[in-house]
Amino acid sequence: MAGKEPVVEMTGITVEFPGVRALDSVGLRLWPGEVHTIMGENGAGKSTLIKALTGVYKVDAGEITVAGESTRFTGPGDAQRSGISTVYQEVNLCENLSIGENVMLGNETRGAFGIRWAKTHDRARLVLQELGLGHLDPRAPLSSLSLAVQQLVAIARSIVSNTRVLILDEPTSSLDANEVEVLFGVMRTLRDKGVAILFVSHFLDQVYAISDRLTVLRNGQFVGEYLTHEINRSELIAQMIGKDLSSLKGMEHARELDQNAPREEFARLDGVGAKGIIEPTTLTLNKGEVLGFAGLLGSGRTELARLITGADRADTGTISIGGKPVRLRTPDAAIAQRIAFTSENRRDEGIIGDLSVRENLVLAVQAKRGWLRRVSRKEADALVETYIKRLNVRPADPDRPIKNLSGGNQQKVVLGRWLATEPELLVLDEPTRGIDVGAKSEISEVILELAGKGLSVVFISSELEEVVRLSDRIAVLRDHRLIAELVNGPDVDVESIVKTIAEEEAA
Amino acid sequence: MSAPAPGIGSRLKGLFSQQYAWGIVALLLLLAVDVIKDPSYLAITVNPTTGNLSGNLIDILRQSAPVLMIAVGMTLVVATRGIDLSVGSVMAVSGAVSMQFLSTAPNTAGSAFAALGMGLGLALVLGLVNGVLVAWVGLQPFITTLVMMLAGRGIARVITGGQNTAATNDAFRWIANGTVLGFPVVFVIAAVLVAAVAVLVRRTALGTMIEALGINPKASRLIGIRPGGLLLSVYALSALLAGLGGVFATASVMTVEVSRTGLNSELDAILAVVVGGTSLAGGKFSLTGSVVGALLITTLDKTIVFLSIPSAATPAFKAIVIVAVCLLQSERVRGWLRGRRAGRAPAQRPTPPSPAPSHSSPVAGPGGEPATSGSAGGAGTAGTDNDQKAVNA
Repeated sequence: MAGKEPVVEMTGITVEFPGVRALDSVGLRLWPGEVHTIMGENGAGKSTLIKALTGVYKVDAGEITVAGESTRFTGPGDAQRSGISTVYQEVNLCENLSIGENVMLGNETRGAFGIRWAKTHDRARLVLQELGLGHLDPRAPLSSLSLAVQQLVAIARSIVSNTRVLILDEPTSSLDANEVEVLFGVMRTLRDKGVAILFVSHFLDQVYAISDRLTVLRNGQFVGEYLTHEINRSELIAQMIGKDLSSLKGMEHARELDQNAPREEFARLDGVGAKGIIEPTTLTLNKGEVLGFAGLLGSGRTELARLITGADRADTGTISIGGKPVRLRTPDAAIAQRIAFTSENRRDEGIIGDLSVRENLVLAVQAKRGWLRRVSRKEADALVETYIKRLNVRPADPDRPIKNLSGGNQQKVVLGRWLATEPELLVLDEPTRGIDVGAKSEISEVILELAGKGLSVVFISSELEEVVRLSDRIAVLRDHRLIAELVNGPDVDVESIVKTIAEEEAA
Repeated sequence: MSAPAPGIGSRLKGLFSQQYAWGIVALLLLLAVDVIKDPSYLAITVNPTTGNLSGNLIDILRQSAPVLMIAVGMTLVVATRGIDLSVGSVMAVSGAVSMQFLSTAPNTAGSAFAALGMGLGLALVLGLVNGVLVAWVGLQPFITTLVMMLAGRGIARVITGGQNTAATNDAFRWIANGTVLGFPVVFVIAAVLVAAVAVLVRRTALGTMIEALGINPKASRLIGIRPGGLLLSVYALSALLAGLGGVFATASVMTVEVSRTGLNSELDAILAVVVGGTSLAGGKFSLTGSVVGALLITTLDKTIVFLSIPSAATPAFKAIVIVAVCLLQSERVRGWLRGRRAGRAPAQRPTPPSPAPSHSSPVAGPGGEPATSGSAGGAGTAGTDNDQKAVNA
């Protein structure tokens, strides 16, 4: 790549929010035909840097050069007109429109009588084909697609206009392995056409699989720019978190306890299922045990979790707690049984964005207690202090609206919200999705600590390594069905779980 | 949480970080215009024999009572992402049933109470119908209350047989025309009820739960908040307060005009809510703001009459004032003005670390809690910047 000029060059970028310097003199260079990854923990300034480039945030100091010209964009639309497209972590599409309309939004083919829908949909089909999504019908509603495929549609949308720079802000956090491969194929195609791709991801495997170059940020500061083949993983992680690796090593074999110790049952599912969603499932949840749900996206792991927690209604089977059958028709009924649930969709089903960290933390306790008996300021402050400290929420400012926190810290507040209700069963659906290494290990530690205190935990993650590392027992799901229960041990690892899923598939 | 007690300066800044600050400014400007026209406009005189206060300000308080009532109810409905278009018709229904009863009842305090009870009772029933349709049947609030708005007028007509029924009852009339400690009874009742509602929502967790429901209904459900009861309560309360507003409106003339009583009142209430800084998208609400909005709208109505603006131009004049206030509250417009002052390119946006600045334009700070205003929704004003620094430091 040497000899070429960077298509985008940012130097000395400083962005200040009231009271915080989010970026401090950070630089970034993007070359055509290269995949460039920004690495850093949550809150390191990755998203801020992207938003500084596309003009969402005002740049307080520094220079942005695009194709040799000094530029300041006034917003994403302005950036897009200069060929810089962005796909965000959370899918920003219109669910009520068709796939084709979403792809072509703002770029519809026009004729003498306004938009020519047939041609527009044809073009949408071509763009989708380019991405290996030729099987999608552009006229089908977007809402018929899974979140993962919607993400790919969002990328298709961003390459419709003549894109020179494509920014992908954590596009893989909701994709499974196959979909990631499709995405990477698309990225390679675009790269070979000379598009500069800016990629943000927390998955080291993916970063190494796709990137040509890395820029590492830490606490809003520029740490370094490296060619991917010049820096190994350990060095990279050390650069990101700014400390050496020995502290991380301890996490590798976190769960080494007596698997034969007798366990007391907390809850039992007997043929619990919902038609078309999850087949009848029989499963025991024990106290002091982390039960992992493993399976591909769409295997039914989330759906099963939602039945256990009253988020959705089961239409067959019974759930018993302490031997007594209970009816969990609504979340509050489950909460009354001391069952807590964090959804995989943090933005839509987790945080209450405009409310403060304090209000978010206290809300579940408050709902349980009823509206009449308000949690007093003193109680609230005590809870807030406990959980901000225990879960290391940053910034430790309880009055800040939760939407202004980074993803990892939002997740910690949501976790704290449920811990404050002192649950006996904690169901965590993708609690570590889209958050950084540091926050991940902090959340993992908390999960193990809680299980150690006798809590029953259900842990769901797309990252099988994580499931293996944390779980005592692993329920493997495929095609809306529980296909195996594995007791964790030396012979259980990612490979054996993948094999379990695959074997059943062959049978 | 360990913020020091705010001084006068920061209190003032806190006030100006509230969305309704511009409503107060507009209110004062209107009064200033009145004073320019007539320097004695603000004078309040005390009747030496009865002790009653009189004057234009007292008139404004008296006239604002019905709008205050429906604006407070509307605020809570709007906070849940709903809207109640039926309040004007509910006013007519409650007024109609009271008048119809009183037209044949003896002129006693007892029948006044009975009339009041019937008016409020029927209003409550209509509110419960709204609530059930929204909360459990799942109809859209706009449609539900639009239907009730049309049906309510019909019900009022049926009650009076299409007549504008008049009645005589001194006790009932006292509600509208009497005084307590020199103040109009309607205003005293309205003030007490507003305070009661404020205590109800802010001293219990009701307000926070309503806000949570309005901001993110899905997450609220998973947290264990049951939306049904909350929705039913806000629609019932809105109708109940509208019923009282109807009593206020009819008692002053002791006549119900079935096609005019409460006409367009829902629009006044919605305007008051918006001027008060509660977003129609739901979520954070400010009762104080809605009170300011209701007073502004009443003052505006009165000023229009006082300035002898032709009645044909009245709606246009009203619209101009309201639009001006809303524009001043818009974060984007304020950012633009600030950008101009600082000599920056006008197209540059302000830099709140909010992911969706456009959404937050009419979002209120938490009502009646100036201590936390530094980090309230409108985190872009010149006033809050310093406060935020202090909080973050």
